[in-house]
Amino acid sequence: MHQEAAIRPPLILGHRTYGDVTADVTAPIENKAPRAWYVLTTIASIIAIYGVGCILYLISKGIGAWGLNKTINWAWDITNFVWWVGIGHAGTLISAVLLLFRQKWRMAVNRSAEAMTIFAVMMAAVFPMIHMGRIWLAYFVFPLPNQFGSLWVNFNSALLWDVFAISTYFSVSVVYWYIGLIPDFATLRDHVKKKWQKTLYFWLSFGWTGNAKAWQRFEEVSLVLAGLATPLVFSVHSVVSMDFATSLVPGWHSTIYPPYFVAGAIFSGFAMVQTLLGIMRKTMKLEAYVTRKHVEYMNIVIMVTGGIVAVAYATEFFMGWYSGVEYEYYTYMSVGAATGQYAWAFWALIICNILIPGTLWFKKVRTSFFWSWAISIVINVGMWFERFDIIVLCLHRDYMPSGWTMFYPSWVDVGTFVGTIGIFFTFYLFFARYFPVLAFNELKTILKSSGESYKGEVLPKSQH
Amino acid sequence: MANKVIYAVYEDPELLKDAARKLVTAGVQVRDVFSPFPIHGIDPIIGLKRTRLGIVSFMFGIMGLSLAILGTWWMMIYDWPMNIGGKPNQHFYQNVPAFVPVLFEFTVLCAAHGMAITYLIRNKTLPGMAGRNPDPRSTNDKFIMELRTEENHGFAPEAITGMLRDTTVLEINERQC
Repeated sequence: MHQEAAIRPPLILGHRTYGDVTADVTAPIENKAPRAWYVLTTIASIIAIYGVGCILYLISKGIGAWGLNKTINWAWDITNFVWWVGIGHAGTLISAVLLLFRQKWRMAVNRSAEAMTIFAVMMAAVFPMIHMGRIWLAYFVFPLPNQFGSLWVNFNSALLWDVFAISTYFSVSVVYWYIGLIPDFATLRDHVKKKWQKTLYFWLSFGWTGNAKAWQRFEEVSLVLAGLATPLVFSVHSVVSMDFATSLVPGWHSTIYPPYFVAGAIFSGFAMVQTLLGIMRKTMKLEAYVTRKHVEYMNIVIMVTGGIVAVAYATEFFMGWYSGVEYEYYTYMSVGAATGQYAWAFWALIICNILIPGTLWFKKVRTSFFWSWAISIVINVGMWFERFDIIVLCLHRDYMPSGWTMFYPSWVDVGTFVGTIGIFFTFYLFFARYFPVLAFNELKTILKSSGESYKGEVLPKSQH
Repeated sequence: MANKVIYAVYEDPELLKDAARKLVTAGVQVRDVFSPFPIHGIDPIIGLKRTRLGIVSFMFGIMGLSLAILGTWWMMIYDWPMNIGGKPNQHFYQNVPAFVPVLFEFTVLCAAHGMAITYLIRNKTLPGMAGRNPDPRSTNDKFIMELRTEENHGFAPEAITGMLRDTTVLEINERQC
């Protein structure tokens, strides 16, 4: 059996048996949902319906319904796209990269983080689609034979790389998530009493048996998929950054972008995981599994990636200034940005992404549930501002002063953005209600090495 | 003589492993083991070979890469070459740096999905299939070892159950097959 050093803090608190772990995670699925769930789901779905309405209005009117103008032709739409894709980076990072690094604490957070990833990438995909204007021609992004004598897509374009990167990332994440879910669905199939639940989990569990060969294959598939998903995580946001970096706009045309975007994505993704888990551990009574130590580990990842992001900002700022090129004077990291009309957006970014997360360097802050939750929300806001700054601030001072302008969002801008948040939370709440929110069968493997009441024991408890 | 299936139920993977090791040393064949999570180290004891799914994934990856190379070459170089941003498009090798992201993504796409589908088929886990675990508790907190008398002609069924009883077993169930 896997042994763990006694000084490592336990990952599962209290005394629990294998049966208790199952019972703890299946209880919210089998019992009646708490009133808060109905309230939250109602609010989220009302916002979601409003968002769908805004999207339909946008499609029928054309993207002129957004506040775009001829200078700032990318704004909230692409901001939201990059923001959602960034959030969608934590799940696969937790399940793949941390699996390769044998970080056992990932087991308590990977399932909900992966669900978050999938829903976030779905929301991200909405924006480029509706930004096309003519969504009924969206299939043109795929290399399909067509009526123009097979005019193909342009494989030299970063925007096409994005299509391949995001669709691959999305489908591989779904598969990875689902393969992990199958054994847990099988437990539910054998555990639940209600007839409709039995039928539901019968279909979802694919007839999982759990024999030795199946588990051997399961472990191999998890490992190889982790190996494939790890470079995928890094490639996806690198490719997203190339949408900007391969262009010639000052501030976008920057070789630092791929690593800087990947760090920012992990930064914002972990913040969103903290936001969601902070609520979930309380409402679903998962305090024994998502412990203070888990929160601290996640905060350390946030500190590292936040540090990388801060260094990237400083580098951009310095290099822009040092180049002495006047066009660099108005990029998102420049004196012009810090003192100009968009100074509020610039300082929002600095405060939300560097100064406030900087308090995580204090152990008291990063081990506090409340403060890590509050800071995670600040980071979510800050990372939205980062993308807004990169896009709008770099565009708003055009090459000709006559083109200089500001961006004012229309109500459709706000509606589509808030709407995707509503859709995201609706999906997430349904996931939390009907899916096992912890990879509990995987958790059982660390119960006797990292469980509080087993730590330091040589023999398992049940051996009499 | 009617063939029997014997299910020995354990409460801990370590106990099951000890028991399996003991029985296998005595020459008894263990047919299978059902557990709620992978038991590390059980495979060599009950004589399971390593899975070849990793190789499958590699093959699918190679296939994906080849298809992606063929596709980008056909579309961008051969069928309808276009001068885009002055990027060289006369020969594939000149244009290939711009195709690397797509080649990579398509390789991963094929490797991951090819392996996942093979895994589901090989495990006989497909939508609508019924679970074939002998006891519903084996997906919760019990660890079950399956032995068949037809595979252990050298032992009387009583001898096998006797040996099992010597281990720290929770219960022993027998079933005709």
